[in-house]
Amino acid sequence: MSVFDPGKSSMIDSPSFSTPATRNWPTLAELRRRLTDRWVFALLLVIGCVVLTLLVLAPLYTLLSKSVENKAGEFVGLENFAHYLSSGGIESAFFNSLWVAGLSTVIVVSLAFMAAWALTRTRLPFTGWLRGVLVLPILAPSLLPAISLVYLFGNQGVLKSWLFGAEIYGPIGIIMGSCFWTFPHALMILLTAMDNADGRHYEAATALKASPWRTFWTVTVPGARYGLVSAGFVVFTLVITDFGVPKVIGGQFDVLATDIYKQVIGQQKFEMGAVVSVLLLLPAMLAFIADRYVQRKQSASFTARSVPYRPRQDRMRDAIGALMLTPTVVFIFAIIGMAIYASFVTFWPYNLQLSLNNYQFGRMDGGGWGAYINSLKMALGTMLIGTGLVFFNAWLMERTPQPKLLTGVFQFLSLLPLAVPGLVLGLSYIFFFNHPDNPINGIYGTLFILILCTITHFYAVSHLTAVTALKQLDQEFEAVGESLNASRWRVLFTVTLPLCLPAILDVALYLFVNAMTTVSAVVFLYGHDSQLASVAVLNMDEAGDIAPAAAMAILITATCAVAKLIQGVLRFWVDRSTRAWRQGME
Amino acid sequence: MKHLKKALALTVLMVAVNANAQTELTVYTAVEAEDLKKYAARFNEDHPDIKVNWVRDSTGVITARLLAEKDNPRADVVWGLAGTSLLLLKNEGMLTPYAPKGLEKLSLKFRDRDETPSWVGMDAWMAAVCVNTIEAEKHNLPMPTSWQDLTKPVYQGHVVMPNPNSSGTGFLDVSAWLQLMGEDKGWEFMDGLHQNISRYTHSGSKPCKMAASGETTIGVSFAFRGARLKEQGAPLEVVFPSEGLGWEVEATAIVDGTDKVEAAQTLVDWSITRQAMEMYNEGYAIVAMPGVAQPVKHFPANAEELIIDNDFGWAASNREAILTEWARRYDGKSEAK
Repeated sequence: MSVFDPGKSSMIDSPSFSTPATRNWPTLAELRRRLTDRWVFALLLVIGCVVLTLLVLAPLYTLLSKSVENKAGEFVGLENFAHYLSSGGIESAFFNSLWVAGLSTVIVVSLAFMAAWALTRTRLPFTGWLRGVLVLPILAPSLLPAISLVYLFGNQGVLKSWLFGAEIYGPIGIIMGSCFWTFPHALMILLTAMDNADGRHYEAATALKASPWRTFWTVTVPGARYGLVSAGFVVFTLVITDFGVPKVIGGQFDVLATDIYKQVIGQQKFEMGAVVSVLLLLPAMLAFIADRYVQRKQSASFTARSVPYRPRQDRMRDAIGALMLTPTVVFIFAIIGMAIYASFVTFWPYNLQLSLNNYQFGRMDGGGWGAYINSLKMALGTMLIGTGLVFFNAWLMERTPQPKLLTGVFQFLSLLPLAVPGLVLGLSYIFFFNHPDNPINGIYGTLFILILCTITHFYAVSHLTAVTALKQLDQEFEAVGESLNASRWRVLFTVTLPLCLPAILDVALYLFVNAMTTVSAVVFLYGHDSQLASVAVLNMDEAGDIAPAAAMAILITATCAVAKLIQGVLRFWVDRSTRAWRQGME
Repeated sequence: MKHLKKALALTVLMVAVNANAQTELTVYTAVEAEDLKKYAARFNEDHPDIKVNWVRDSTGVITARLLAEKDNPRADVVWGLAGTSLLLLKNEGMLTPYAPKGLEKLSLKFRDRDETPSWVGMDAWMAAVCVNTIEAEKHNLPMPTSWQDLTKPVYQGHVVMPNPNSSGTGFLDVSAWLQLMGEDKGWEFMDGLHQNISRYTHSGSKPCKMAASGETTIGVSFAFRGARLKEQGAPLEVVFPSEGLGWEVEATAIVDGTDKVEAAQTLVDWSITRQAMEMYNEGYAIVAMPGVAQPVKHFPANAEELIIDNDFGWAASNREAILTEWARRYDGKSEAK
């Protein structure tokens, strides 16, 4: 096991170690081989950029370019922007968007960090189950928390008095709803950042007699810095671009995202919808730049010499961990529990008799089991294609020699989808993929375009997770590989992939569950034989069939929970079979 | 032997049917999901050779989708979409004018006025106010009977209505009030109503759903939704204000560029037959063919007399100005409370 060596700890991140040339001089033939390799890798990443351009940038351009055109399609410069900004009420919508997204970000990142700390730095029992509970929100269609929040805090809600006379319809509802559905996104990034901690840092802290509090601030927090910033960036952008929660529970509280809905769905003014979308990109862009800035200072925390951190027995610390998890777990259980109850109630709140009727999907119109099967197929396709694409591209970007400019462009393209509201993405896909001159317009209306759109929609967080996991591996792995004459490909398959399997499983699950629950983009793209269960939920709710809608939502949630369970088992197995190896038992 | 002959005849028949069953129509609609199977099945009783492939969503989403697909339309027919939306599509040149068989039997109000109409009507959905009787009793509220009633101080904070900038139902109400009361009186009425509104929603059916679940006492919505919710057991009274009701026609049209013109025309022909009208009448009190409609449960018997003489042309050409004025008056104020 680990032999603590204080002399080396300062060299963990030393760049000199990752330069193979300082060790042995390569022969001319080998230099040439490496040069060709470089070209191949750069070319592969260029292909990655092209794919993302086709999936994100080109469709977006078809819609956003309308922001500088009039209805007839003539170029009018910034006229639409001027018109929109002068129409009044914009300042309030902009300001509302900023403070609601800002406050939600602070709450979610704090809670997620507390949860991640409790899961990775204490010896609490049942952490596997706790991880499962904490990602529950992502397993549920977004309508589910909306129904639950109304049943809990609405005018007939069981906990209405807890709001002290304030109304759930408005900023309170938006913040609660947003926190609920964005929490797992933040948690996933933070867990990836904190899972592979270097035990030697903690041993050093103990040896230096640092207090737990000091260790927390000097070891734990700096180690999670990149994850914290990424999580903040992701949550802020998700909240500010989401119109689902504000639309359902925001009442008349105006935010920018609902403005897009008003312009496009309410009034069919694509050009004004494009204007708001462009404005929404600005705060997201700022967050992106801030993220890049911090990321530049990040270096590997889990190196070839690292020793996985195993928390020592400490009752006090475990108690604090449990305390930190409690509010989040209670909130999640309350929301999900209320939704389950809602799915059995005959007619809320006047006929509270429980029955199983709402689960007879075969009898139900608007999709039923067929839609459910379509959703499953779509989710599996998204998972398989998406995980491969995301991980391979992230590996190219992080673990192969690439020109700086190219990785910058790629990083931008991968994170861009995060700042695009689903509604805008869906419409863009119609304009781009349904265009008569597009050679692949045959895929429009099929399951395949739904898969492509969903991968794109959820690319950013998957990419961030993969990158965070890859970053934590020391560049030395490749360097050593090279000195042993093993190609980067071999290192990829024998070292990097096995080490990253947990993160890969996370990405796969993330794509699967989001594909099961997504609505906002796919609502524009499904065909007559590719209806989806998540859309059926929305339609049933729209028709006033709240209980059957809740029932279908619970079915989707249960399916995602089974997926999570399978992933959990796989993860456990992977952890066990690589633990010995990770801990360096030669 | 007899059996064999029968089987053979049956096979031949099946093959014949299958040969004809080739035509599949992609039909975009905003009709309630629960009615779609019924509509297709009734149509197939007369025309088993045409298969209807539905793509259904709410009015706003389907309209946006049709407009976005303009360069390469995917729908063959639109069956069951608001007249206002069809007018938009017509102005974009996206509909093929066609005079279906039996056109002369339709009321003039329920068809595009061009000689060869671009769209023909099915039925009308009309405004209504959903009142939750349990909550009304709890708060001691009298049952409103007119639009003016809703401006009385007693209803303060108890009324929910759709935002006309997000919802067609909301615009239908606003446009009806302006036509009924005249511009000045109309806005004055809405100023009064605004004092009582607890919130504006983004969807037209939401206010009635909120009334059904007691989230609000009074929801300004439309009759069809109120009747359905009442049928499901909601403690609702569906009120039809005495001054008159805004309404909107639901109609059928052929999308320009379809390569299945013949089948599309067959469908549109059928969509205005007496049989079809009787089918629409199962859920809607007013249908496009005069003299067909029978009273519908939870609807008033004199529904046709209650609706206003809606000037759709005026509403369409003034829509932008009305919506801007509405947003100026009521959007900014919303969080001041």
